[in-house]
Amino acid sequence: MYVAVKGGERAIENAHAWLAEERRGNTDIAELSIAQIREQLSLAVNRVMAEGSLYDPDLAALAIKQARGDLIEAIFLIRAYRTTLPRFGASEPIDTGIMACDRRISATFKDLPGGQVLGPTFDYTHRLLDFKLAADGEVPKAPSRDAETGTVPHVTEFLNREGLIEEAPYDDAPPPDLTREPLEMPSTRALRLQALTRADEGFTLGLAYSTQRGYGRNHAFVGELRIGSVPVEIDIPELGFPVEIGEVILTECETVNQFTGSKTEPPQFTRGYGLVFGQTERKAISMALVDRALRWEELGEDNVGAPAQDAEFVLYHADNIQATGFLEHIKLPHYVDFQSELELVRKLRREAGAQQLQEAAE
Amino acid sequence: MTEYNFAYLDEQTKRMIRRAILKGLAIPGYQVPFASREMPMPYGWGTGGVQVSAAVLTPSDTFKVIDQGADDTTNAVSIRTFFQRTAGVATTTATSDATVIQTRHRIPEEPLHEGQILVYQVPIPEPLRFLEPRESETRKMHSLEEYGLMHVKLYEDIIRHGHIATSYAYPVKVEGRYVMDPSPIPKFDNPKLRDMAAIQLFGAGREQRIYALPPYTQVVSLDFEDHPFEASKADHPCGMCGATDSYLDELIIDDIGGRMFVCSDTDYCEVRQAAGHKGKDAA
Ligand SMILES: [Zn+2]
Repeated sequence: MYVAVKGGERAIENAHAWLAEERRGNTDIAELSIAQIREQLSLAVNRVMAEGSLYDPDLAALAIKQARGDLIEAIFLIRAYRTTLPRFGASEPIDTGIMACDRRISATFKDLPGGQVLGPTFDYTHRLLDFKLAADGEVPKAPSRDAETGTVPHVTEFLNREGLIEEAPYDDAPPPDLTREPLEMPSTRALRLQALTRADEGFTLGLAYSTQRGYGRNHAFVGELRIGSVPVEIDIPELGFPVEIGEVILTECETVNQFTGSKTEPPQFTRGYGLVFGQTERKAISMALVDRALRWEELGEDNVGAPAQDAEFVLYHADNIQATGFLEHIKLPHYVDFQSELELVRKLRREAGAQQLQEAAE
Repeated sequence: MTEYNFAYLDEQTKRMIRRAILKGLAIPGYQVPFASREMPMPYGWGTGGVQVSAAVLTPSDTFKVIDQGADDTTNAVSIRTFFQRTAGVATTTATSDATVIQTRHRIPEEPLHEGQILVYQVPIPEPLRFLEPRESETRKMHSLEEYGLMHVKLYEDIIRHGHIATSYAYPVKVEGRYVMDPSPIPKFDNPKLRDMAAIQLFGAGREQRIYALPPYTQVVSLDFEDHPFEASKADHPCGMCGATDSYLDELIIDDIGGRMFVCSDTDYCEVRQAAGHKGKDAA
């Protein structure tokens, strides 16, 4: 006797209850607070804000807690929340030239106006597990000095003065909004950058790395990498002037790429650009490399068929929320399709078998 | 729930989706790009269908959700619960009582009637996708009605296997114009697409496409004169209700190769059983 499987609803409820219990873990251990995640796992928070396209450290920390530390799941929570938010307006373009930099380095010039500031970086740490942290995470206060005020000029401006780097074409048109218009090809650079800034860090890193290993090589130097806070201004129509509504921390990477010229462009340095929410420099550098690779057409370069040059390939596969959803959907039942494939394979095998028999008989 | 609008989406978004639906109905089989939103369920799990349902549902609707033909598969339960919570609409498992039916991979066995809307969840809306991965190319092929590649693929199947080796998501031509992916329904369901009294709407969330078939649309499964389309299914009656005309799930019932076949459309099977029909495996 066969009894159909029922009770999907109860199964789901119970699964949710179990999930909540697992998220909390052993109750003998103190619960994590949102503030702890925000302050002590801040790079995870930054990644969730960047790929979630929502600048809110507390919500990102909440999402990380709810997602049990699964950052893609946390990004998904933020995206789904973000999409329901009303839009009050768009900010004025931010000016990274007035960034209050925590970190600012150039790989192309040893010294430059504004100086090299290492900032809070892992770069020169020795990657040795610090067993002291296991017992006691308290640290002495780091030395400090007064912040420098004023603008910090961009390295690429120095090159630009000499005409050694391509002009960044000035474009005042409002950029398209990836979250409000369907992605259509061919894409503008503004749209590509918008997609890349929220693209999966791992995917972007892999693509960028592939260009370094020869799949669309574009000889990138980090002209400048800066991390710090910039004011966000919004224009209030009733007032007639923009008002500062807050600050965001950003990572900006400008690459300077070797370029020997093409049919349409003279020899000069070219640009790749990365701009990402939070302290997210691996992502920002990757973004700049991929941006540069995608610019082959406007620079009159050859398409060597490298994945990072292929805007359709990159943009349609860079979003981890789309990718993870579709990938994981193959867990859903496919009985019906599988059944129709079963029938087909059985039929083809029957016929192939009959044919073999007949050939053997002949 | 008060934090969200009726049926979750804000009215602005619904208007945008309705415009895409209307355009789709005006050009049957044409894939209309739309600005798909991030939904609180994953892409690939019915976000396109959910957005279309959200855009067409009204408070007086009666909603049914099936996955693999069944109302009680977990994802169908999850989507039904979502609309119960966000729209408060009445729900049903009875095909004939529903005004909006969201489905994944099946068309109900019972013929639909005028006034009903069938919403399909679509993973890959582009029927040419696996022949040409580039969206920019496939859009061109549709606009030029360049479907040779598809016929070559089907023809190659026949040469290699003696049959068209596509058993689900079998491509159709709509009103003699657009080649369309009917979503991954088994080809057994393809004939039901044609001349259906209900409105058929197809939503692909991740791929940001909506397309539609207005009632009584001509829909033809692609084939060749000497290899006509054939709607196939397992050659058995339903073990529970004895139906011989329904699409069947194959179940493995022991570890020595025992199997039985049951209607994949659970409502159809239950209605038949209630009416006294009995299959050989029924108690
Ligand atoms: Zn049955």
